[in-house]
Amino acid sequence: MAYSKKVIDHYENPRNVGAMDKNDSGVGTGMVGAPACGDVMRLQIKVNEQGIIEDAKFKTYGCGSAIASSSLVTEWVKGKTLDEAMTIKNSHIAEELELPPVKIHCSVLAEDAIKAAVADYRSKQGAGQASQTEVAAAQVAH
Amino acid sequence: MNQPRIIDLESKRPLLIDPDRPIYLDYQATTPVDPQVLEQMLPYLTHDFGNAASRSHAYGWTAEKAVEKARQQVADAIHADPREIVWTSGATEATNLALKGAAHFYSGKGKHIITLRTEHKATLDTCRQLEREGFEVTYLEVQEDGLVDLKAFEAAIRPDTIIASVLFVNNEIGVIQPMEEIGRMLRAHKVLFHVDAVQALGKIPVDVEAIQADMMSLSGHKIYGPKGIGALYVRRKPRVRVEAQIHGGGHERGMRSGTLPTHQIVGMGAAAELAVQLMESDGQRIRNLRDRLLKGIQDRVEETYINGSMEHRVPHNLNISFAFVEGESLIMALKEIAVSSGSACTSASLEPSYVLRALGKSDELAHSSIRFGIGRFTTEAEIDATIELIAGKVGKLRELSPLWEMHLEGIDLNSIQWAAH
Repeated sequence: MAYSKKVIDHYENPRNVGAMDKNDSGVGTGMVGAPACGDVMRLQIKVNEQGIIEDAKFKTYGCGSAIASSSLVTEWVKGKTLDEAMTIKNSHIAEELELPPVKIHCSVLAEDAIKAAVADYRSKQGAGQASQTEVAAAQVAH
Repeated sequence: MNQPRIIDLESKRPLLIDPDRPIYLDYQATTPVDPQVLEQMLPYLTHDFGNAASRSHAYGWTAEKAVEKARQQVADAIHADPREIVWTSGATEATNLALKGAAHFYSGKGKHIITLRTEHKATLDTCRQLEREGFEVTYLEVQEDGLVDLKAFEAAIRPDTIIASVLFVNNEIGVIQPMEEIGRMLRAHKVLFHVDAVQALGKIPVDVEAIQADMMSLSGHKIYGPKGIGALYVRRKPRVRVEAQIHGGGHERGMRSGTLPTHQIVGMGAAAELAVQLMESDGQRIRNLRDRLLKGIQDRVEETYINGSMEHRVPHNLNISFAFVEGESLIMALKEIAVSSGSACTSASLEPSYVLRALGKSDELAHSSIRFGIGRFTTEAEIDATIELIAGKVGKLRELSPLWEMHLEGIDLNSIQWAAH
């Protein structure tokens, strides 16, 4: 397993691990993946009144690359608007972490987690229907 | 002899203890060459370098004598006649020779082969090849404890069944199949019995007569011998025929051509003899270490599940699933320990271990499994350090795991509609 230094760093010192109240209307929760496939990511974002993601937390069951991808994403989404966060692509994540080809699915999952968290937040706000088309088929917590 | 320092002369242990290297607990993958074995091999690389097939001079005779001594040693280890031992490059080649060789020879009698779903890939992939050649293979299911059901086995035997192949001791979960019963049943039905005894030799008694084996694959590097050498036992009475798969010179009574690697063969012979000599003492010590490891883990970590029967199992293997933690990330966390995982997340397919799947384990428990292989040079201090690391790292990864959090909240993970990806 040739992991890059960045993956190992995120894996050993994961950023923003934790949970937020999923019933808080300002919190969007995205949970993607499945235990049977060997990875489940849960990304939560806290959005302020200006529509900016002011905090993000994650928990991930999965390999080192999956943990690193979700840890990285929590850093990247913070300070972004929802639309800006939606522009983060799996290719950016894979490139930053230097993921090998067999681990690309981890970055895909992380991108899906962002979309799912944003979709959850928007559905709570009863807005953003226009962006729904972009939402991946992703599991939203409970 | 001017050797680099590779053994601790006082304890006769190989110098495995190196603070920069992980604790080695992967003895089912491979073993180091025992220093006592190595000592016997070395002269055959330099001074006694002759070709065992050279009949016209002393160089050849010396090599031939060494090869024949080793043949006797391996034969003795499995209660066979030395004329029944064929040297191969390893157990994979031995299994290829046994299954393809016998299938080709006996194809006029029938074209059906029986094996288990939990066999080693050397058997499964050879069977797949035979299927492509027109043979039919039945892959028997195993029970939850990893053992085959004898009634189901017997029911699978057909008039055109020519060979059955069974793994004596499973390499992933260490379970011991009921070989005597299987051997008796196959003999009664006149079906040839191939046994993969790679993980059995040196761990439990292996006797080709007691289990009525017709062919048996053996490996050097799993018994503290060198890599690159193995053997196939081929019964003489009643005679079993295999068609050669490698041609060129007619070595090994025509069954396997190629110049014999004298030093490797000497190593395998010495290793087999030593393995049988040390079986009792090694076995007892390793059992104590295994019990210590298991108790240590179970005392410190909740939600662990043992894979495979504990009753019908060699003590050298412990395969445990740590629920809510993914195997590859656990291995990454355990970089101070060399172990392997039943999670094949490194492959593009993301398939968890087919052996654990065959036991009916859920995908997530299969993904969460670690195989601990304990061996001749494992120490109590290494086991204690392993317990410490496991307890700490599993705890850390569970803190990171959304599944663990849900488990603590009492949420049944099976009740959730997971999105496939």
